[in-house]
Amino acid sequence: MKENQMEKSVGEAGTANGAGGASELAERIKKLEQRVEELSRRVPEDKVAMVVFSGDLDRVLAAFVIATGAAAMGMEVTMFFTFWGLSAIRKGKKLAGKNFMQKMMALMSPASTRGLGVSKLNFFGMGAKMLRAMMKKQGVSSLEELMELARELGVRFVSCDMSQQVMGISDGELMEGVEFGGVGTFLGEALRARTALFI
Amino acid sequence: MSDQVEIQFDLEVDARGLSCPMPVVKARQALKELEPGQVLRVVATDRGSIKDFQGWAQSASDFELLAQHEVEEEGRKLYLHYLRKTA
Repeated sequence: MKENQMEKSVGEAGTANGAGGASELAERIKKLEQRVEELSRRVPEDKVAMVVFSGDLDRVLAAFVIATGAAAMGMEVTMFFTFWGLSAIRKGKKLAGKNFMQKMMALMSPASTRGLGVSKLNFFGMGAKMLRAMMKKQGVSSLEELMELARELGVRFVSCDMSQQVMGISDGELMEGVEFGGVGTFLGEALRARTALFI
Repeated sequence: MSDQVEIQFDLEVDARGLSCPMPVVKARQALKELEPGQVLRVVATDRGSIKDFQGWAQSASDFELLAQHEVEEEGRKLYLHYLRKTA
């Protein structure tokens, strides 16, 4: 529909002469410029947006391998930590200010990356310890190293405000430099990103 | 793999023993030190680095992948990547 209108106005501009034609042409250019700007706002940028929902060591590890790799390749990376994923950006645990259920949850969930379990064969943390040992032997960077590296490479860490409130996790329990946001923050990034992942 | 001609380089990154994504990450950090036109050599033992550098080069706009060589050192394979900074 819009294209038809454009064709029509091109035809008109083509046949018009003199001052009237020139101003019409200027008008057309202005409209085209607006259209180009509109479109360029919809073109994906070199960005990667990730939701880290899981608090499993293996999954979080995969998220950070992708994040550091993408950042190194020149992509702008934003990671959104929500629900169990919040454990990955925790630096400690405080029980003060939490209600009963939040306290129970805090007691049963990891206080930092060191306490993350694996998604399979965890056996009360044995599996996670074994995976870490196996990775070390193979020269794979640890999760903590990858996270440090991600920070250095400018990867943005955003904490989901809503999950934080539900689980009663205070800002002080999270690592320094974490931003706070919600679904709008994620979608704002994801809609402009070439790659969006849910881990 | 292209022909094994000696390529001059300005900076070398030793990524021996490092696995994905470290060779790429180290290379990116080293590229920052270079001027356009200069060449970076990355020495890696990670087999996946061959494809990783190819994939990266496809989307990158500030360097080109000049060559990738495979050599033997002390019974293990080394993968040499030559990157020339373009911008």
